[in-house]
Order: sequence, then C-alpha cells, then structure tokens
Amino acid sequence: MTVPVPFLLGAAALTLSTAMQSPARAQSAPAPQIALSCAGCHGVGGAGEGSVPRIAGYDRQAFVDNWSAFRANARPATIMNRIARGYTDAEVAQLATYFASLR
Amino acid sequence: MTRLTRRAFGLSAASAGLAFAAPATLSAQTQARLVIIGGGFGGASAARYARIAFPNVAVTLIEPKTSFVTCPYGNLLLAGERTLPQITHSYDGLKARGVNVVHDWADGIDATAKTVRLRGRATVAYDKLILSPGIAIRWNAIEGYTEAAAEALPHAWIPGAGEQTTLLRRQLEALPDGGVVGFAIPPNPFRCPPGPYERISLVASYLKRHKPRAKILALDAKDAFSKQGLFQDAWNELYPGLIEWVPLNKDGKVTRVDAQAKIFETELGTRHRVDVGNVIPPQSAAKIAIDAGLTNETGWVPVNPRTFEATRARDIHVIGDANVGQVMPKSGYIANSTSKVAVAAAVAALEGRPAPEPTVYFNTCYSHVGPEYGISVVGVFRPSENGFVETPNSGGVSPRGPLAEQREQRRLEALHADAWYGAITRDAFS
Ligand SMILES: Cc1cc2nc3c(=O)[nH]c(=O)nc-3n(C[C@H](O)[C@H](O)[C@H](O)COP(=O)(O)OP(=O)(O)OC[C@H]3O[C@@H](n4cnc5c(N)ncnc54)[C@H](O)[C@@H]3O)c2cc1C
Ligand code: HEC
Repeated sequence: MTVPVPFLLGAAALTLSTAMQSPARAQSAPAPQIALSCAGCHGVGGAGEGSVPRIAGYDRQAFVDNWSAFRANARPATIMNRIARGYTDAEVAQLATYFASLR
Repeated sequence: MTRLTRRAFGLSAASAGLAFAAPATLSAQTQARLVIIGGGFGGASAARYARIAFPNVAVTLIEPKTSFVTCPYGNLLLAGERTLPQITHSYDGLKARGVNVVHDWADGIDATAKTVRLRGRATVAYDKLILSPGIAIRWNAIEGYTEAAAEALPHAWIPGAGEQTTLLRRQLEALPDGGVVGFAIPPNPFRCPPGPYERISLVASYLKRHKPRAKILALDAKDAFSKQGLFQDAWNELYPGLIEWVPLNKDGKVTRVDAQAKIFETELGTRHRVDVGNVIPPQSAAKIAIDAGLTNETGWVPVNPRTFEATRARDIHVIGDANVGQVMPKSGYIANSTSKVAVAAAVAALEGRPAPEPTVYFNTCYSHVGPEYGISVVGVFRPSENGFVETPNSGGVSPRGPLAEQREQRRLEALHADAWYGAITRDAFS
C-alpha cells in the first residue's frame, strides 16, 4: 500500500500552523512544555486543587521570589523545595511569565 | 489560510478515524491522524492534551474498557477507605472534547502500512501512533503463578474492571484474626516502585483496626526499595511488630507458589504458608508492544528519550510503563508527563519541525501509610544522549524524623496526595 506522503504531510503542516495562529489561542500564550506537569497537583491551568494552592494569575515577581525561597528552604514547604531545585533560572522565568498570564 | 478553509479541515475530523478498508480512505486523507492505543494514564492524558494543544489533529483512542479503574488509590480500597466507583473514571470527558473513543482491543500494528488492526476486524490508519498499553504479567516467571493461580493469589497490579483489587479486599475481610497476609514482591524494574510498600502499610492499617493479631510477611526479591527509610520508620511508629520484611539476601525471593495450598516458596526452598497471598509478579511491556516487535531483550520498549519514538519502528511513540524509562519510575505521573512531550514531538515531526525543547519529565509518587500520614518522592528528569537523567540536587524524598517532629508534614502530604489524585485524573480524563 502506498500513502501519498508529501500531500499528507503538507496538509497536516498547513492545518497545524493555522491552529497556532488562530485568534482564540493568541489571547494566552501556549503553555511551555515545562509548565505542563504542574497541572498534576495544581490542577488544570494552575487553577488549584484541594489543599494545593492556585497558581494561575500569580504575580510574576512574587513567583520568582517565592521560587528562590523554596529552593533555599527559606519558605515552609512540604514538597515545593524539592521541586524548585529541579529548574534553571531561565526555566523559572518562563514558568513565572506563563502562570502570571493565566486567568 | 482563511477561517473557512480551516473549518473545512475540521469537518473532515469525524470521518477521519475509522477506516474499514485502509487503502481507500488513506488516499482521501487531509487531516493529521493521531491514534492512541490504551486509555490509561498515558493514553488518556495524551488524548486530552492533543485535543487542547493541537485542535486540528484528529485523535482516536483505542481502549477496550468503557471506564478506567486506577491503580493509584486502589491500595486505599484494600484498606476500606475508598470504593470502586471513587477510583473509576469514564471516557465521557474525552468524548466531549472530540476524541474518537473506540472501545475495542488493538490486536496488531502494521508499522509499514501505518495501520492498527482491531479485534472487531476494522483497521485504523494513522500518521502517528501513541502506544500506552501498560504492562503484562510474566505468567510462570514465578513457577505456578498462572492466570488461574491469580484467582486464589491475586496480583491486583492491573486493575481491569477492578476484579483483582476487590478480590484481594474480600480475602482480607475474610482473613481470620491471627492469620498471615503474605506479599511476594518482584525485582526492578516494575510498575510503581513504592506501590508494594504503600500496600503493605495500608493493609497493616486495616489489620491493626480489624484483626489486631494478624501479621504481614513481605518477601522481597530486592535488598532495597523506594522510600525505604520513610516506610520503615512509619512501620515502626504505626505498626510495631506487625510487619516482617524479608529482603533478597535473607532468602526473600519467591520462586514458586502453590495457589491451592497458599504456599510461597523461596529461592533456598523455604516454604511459607499464608492465609491471604498477594503476588506482585515480574512484568513486561503489554502484549501488543511485544507482538509489534517493539521490545528488546529486557521485555520493555527502547525509545528516543526526546520524542518517545520506538527505536525499532518509525512513527510509533511509546509512553508509560511499557517503555524502558530508566531512571524514571513506571508511574502514572511519568505516563502523564511524558504523554504531552510525546504528542508535541509527534505533531512537530508531522510538521517537519524538531521536537520542542527544553523538556522536563516530572514525577511525584505520594504514598499513604496510615491515617493522616503521607510521604512522597519527587523526581525531575531530563533526556540525555541515550536515556534519562535526574536533575542534580533536586527531588528526593520527604524529610525523615520522629513522628512528633514530622506530624504536620505527614498530615499535609496525606492531604496533598488526595489533591494530586484529583488533579492528575482530571488532567487525564476530563
Ligand atoms: C497499587 C498501585 C498503586 C499505584 N500508585 C501510583 C501512584 O500513587 N502514583 C503514580 O504516579 N502511579 C501509581 N501507580 C502506577 C500507575 O498505575 C502506572 O504507572 C500507570 O497506570 C501507567 O500508565 P500506562 O498508560 O502506561 O498504563 P495503564 O494506566 O495501565 O493503561 C493501559 C491501558 O491500555 C489498555 N490496553 C492494553 N492493551 C491494549 C490493546 N491491545 N488495545 C487497546 N488497549 C489496550 C488497557 O486496557 C489500559 O486501560 C500505581 C500502580 C499500582 C499497581
Ligand atoms: C507534587 C505536587 C506539586 C507539583 C507537581 C507542583 N507543586 Fe507547586 N505546590 C505544591 C504544594 C503542596 C504547595 C504548597 C507548599 C508546599 O507544601 O510545598 C505548592 C506551592 C506552590 C507555589 C506557591 C503558591 C503560593 O500560594 O504562594 C507556587 C508558585 C508553585 N507551587 C508553583 C509550581 C509550579 C510552577 C509547578 C510546576 C513546575 C509546581 N508548583 C508543581 C505542590 C506541587
């Protein structure tokens, strides 16, 4: 069986890049890949879940400051201290910008 | 490209999923087709994420069961603290998002034709396949541990519709006070490294309340285990004298079972008679992955650590417990976390782009060990040249220390564990 590959890939590429430019998605930046796993505790879109706090709409500077405090064990934490040490400064900046942009 | 044209693409989504005569439909194809096998933690998370991040991709999920019973929190069911409906999730959320959910078994994959054969005989064509079928039990790796034996000595390690877990629960309820609950625990790697020890803890909490003279005998094919210090501290604090853990070097490896007589026999020939026996057997990737020729000599699927594409087949991305994930654990969280990266990489490849960077694979395994007593392990992993590495100086386990000092930490972690369960299952099934 032969699949018309170039046509197929072309169509797929066209479709996908259109999705990324669509007006609906322009409102909030697409989630950076490193932010996707936060949802497993903080809830979908960082909305908060049970005892785990909401982080959507978190002030950007406060986020960066708190992250440093978590890393240094300077803020009480059950788990964020262990998590915070796993991300670089550049990644923290990206996370801060992204969660600050969510409503 | 105009909005109208885009909508035209969207409309073709409905017809894109099932192809009863593959060659005919393929030529008419205009929309990228992502097909996912397995609607567990990896597959459901992949389907949900794909619909949100790449709305113009047609997503088909192949899963035989019409609802999913989670392994996580199954140990609480054993302790009588959860019911089956509380750990069961429907596929309605994914359907409402436009995932084409096909309730059937995938019986074979043709990696050249890029089609999946269903048990119901239909064929599904894909541009990219995400495979998250979980594990298979290696029957008879422990002599005498067959499918029939599992009716007497449940594994409760693949929940199916919940039969195995509820069987073990009924056996525990019927256990006479003063009886022995035996556990046989496998060598690495296996699904959920802390799982057996969480189970031991929660069974102990049940016995302490309801059968105070009963004992636990845990026979282990390893000398060390996940969160060991924390678990053993908790066992001493909460269940003194109740749990005997026998490591490999003390003849802990079970090599043969007699399901009828309920006997666990070890490497050196010691025979332990138990009243309730839970065999957590050695495992491999699920059958479909083996049949498709994706596994290596270890029984698991080697993958590219950035894209999860199987090293043995193009356009098949294998996530969850089925892959060689070392040093990452085989956990629901890793299945969820890696699913998104695999989907993004698969779509990027269809577009001719490299997989997005940077990439972090995230794990937390919370364990309940008793009332208001939770512990955790965190791992932040990244791809390396030929596998996965843990990010230096990060992650690790909850702080150790006497309960008097750690009571608040343990109480909060038990609460956060419940939040985790809610959040992760929503991130997969809602
Ligand atoms: C007791 C216990 C406790 C656990 N606790 C935790 C925890 O607290 N935290 C955590 O992160 N992880 C936990 N885990 C681990 C977690 O359950 C697994 O790591 C996770 O389920 C792996 O996801 P998966 O997608 O690879 O496989 P699964 O979730 O098992 O999903 C596989 C799916 O594929 C389907 N399937 C298989 N073959 C086919 C086929 N041929 N065609 C179509 N469909 C098919 C199956 O029906 C199934 O629904 C626990 C496990 C156990 C046993
Ligand atoms: C395993 C669960 C878990 C994961 C995963 C997790 N967090 Fe947290 N987070 C918590 C908990 C619990 C707290 C409360 C502090 C504590 O106990 O550590 C918290 C607190 C925070 C706070 C402070 C909130 C406040 O009210 O001031 C921020 C910011 C935060 N997390 C960001 C993140 C980001 C970003 C990620 C993903 C990279 C993430 N967290 C992943 C559990 C988690």
